Amino acid sequence: MRSLLARGSELASSKEQLKILTEVSGKLGLPSFSEKLKEAGLYPLRPTGVDILQVNVGKLCNQTCRHCHVDAGPDRREIMSKETMQECLVALATPGVTTLDITGGAPEMNPNFRWFVEEASKLGKKIMIRCNLTILLAGEKYKDLPEFFAKHKVEVVSSLPYFQKRRTDAQRGEGVFDRSIEALRKLNTVGYGISGSGLVLNLVYNPVGAFLAGGQSTLENDFKKELKQVHGVEFNSLFALTNMPISRFLESLLENDNIDAYLEKLVTAFNPVAATAVMCRNTLSVGWDGSLYDCDFNQMLDMKIEDKVSKISEFNKSVLDSREILLHQHCYGCTAGAGSSCGGSIA
Amino acid sequence: MAQETTYYKPEDLKKFGNIGEFEPDLAKKFFDYYGAVFADGALSAKEKSLIALAVAHVVQCPYCIDAYTTDTVEKGVTEEQIWEAIHVGAAIRGGATLVHSVQALNKVKELGI
Repeated sequence: MRSLLARGSELASSKEQLKILTEVSGKLGLPSFSEKLKEAGLYPLRPTGVDILQVNVGKLCNQTCRHCHVDAGPDRREIMSKETMQECLVALATPGVTTLDITGGAPEMNPNFRWFVEEASKLGKKIMIRCNLTILLAGEKYKDLPEFFAKHKVEVVSSLPYFQKRRTDAQRGEGVFDRSIEALRKLNTVGYGISGSGLVLNLVYNPVGAFLAGGQSTLENDFKKELKQVHGVEFNSLFALTNMPISRFLESLLENDNIDAYLEKLVTAFNPVAATAVMCRNTLSVGWDGSLYDCDFNQMLDMKIEDKVSKISEFNKSVLDSREILLHQHCYGCTAGAGSSCGGSIA
Repeated sequence: MAQETTYYKPEDLKKFGNIGEFEPDLAKKFFDYYGAVFADGALSAKEKSLIALAVAHVVQCPYCIDAYTTDTVEKGVTEEQIWEAIHVGAAIRGGATLVHSVQALNKVKELGI
């Protein structure tokens, strides 16, 4: 499968995606997300602060997952420059910014990835990497990544859609499950996910189809039991995420005629408690070109922060802390049920 | 194309909560009971969902099959577990038919055949 962009799909346009969400919501009589927040007394939504700097270092990836909200893949060429990474490091050094969360694509494919991690490590901040696992088996260039991550105490967060092969391969591509298990074993070998090692390996579960993730703790128990017993693999925590109705998951919803039911489900499951803890309130998202967004999803929908500060080179924490977060219908994805964030359930 | 007519409409499932329109007190009692039944207890909510799925097949309730297939999948149940649960329902239903054949057997003997 190629990316939406490479296929010339209309859905490669963020305007088209937002138009579809607006039209479907209108047709079904669903309230706007802003209206829902007003009812809950949470509008306008404002940050609690910039604690986490989430940096998307590029859309290049060795996988093309069916649900990728980034529309990443081997045919994407957008890559963050070393200069922009340097600007991210300046922002990261700001007091109060505690964490660097590196994402992609496959972030490890950015030629300056290791330099970026080494420099961030010198600042003494917590570093997280969104690793797709199979990159650890993608050749000589990547095979020492587990040791590299361990050296810099990087927290590894990896997607594994299910603890069985069929659903995982259905979402992420044929053979991905087996390679992911092999990669998890490599991470376990250097201590990741092993009790007492201090090296954290968390897995991310997102549903393979048009349904919401159930209880995170039950799922975590199932994943732990199955992965340990059947594959001898260990990890720390499971983060259960909701699929956002955007990009390639939106394509899947439209193809299977599930878009109406899925949006209705998200709106019906709106949880005001989750809405108070959405990740955009303590996270700032940086695009590959240095543009700023409230979250990774707003980034993929080109909903840029157009305040006094709109680029990472202009980073100003106090200005950003007082901004108003941009909202659209996809935001229901973060507030449905137990809520969803890059760190899993929030309510 | 002729208009499709059926008593079962998928969109009716989400109107289940409206059954209290004319008898709200009894409906509330039912939904409170229903919620309590499916909460985590000595059996987990996941186990209860699988039981519900098996029963849904036995009583042939399309709404319940729709709801509890989704619910079990959301709770992380595997395909193998889903189909084993359905086979448990089928075995009980089939067994319930066959066990009544003892009555036929008794009658045959009573008739001196």
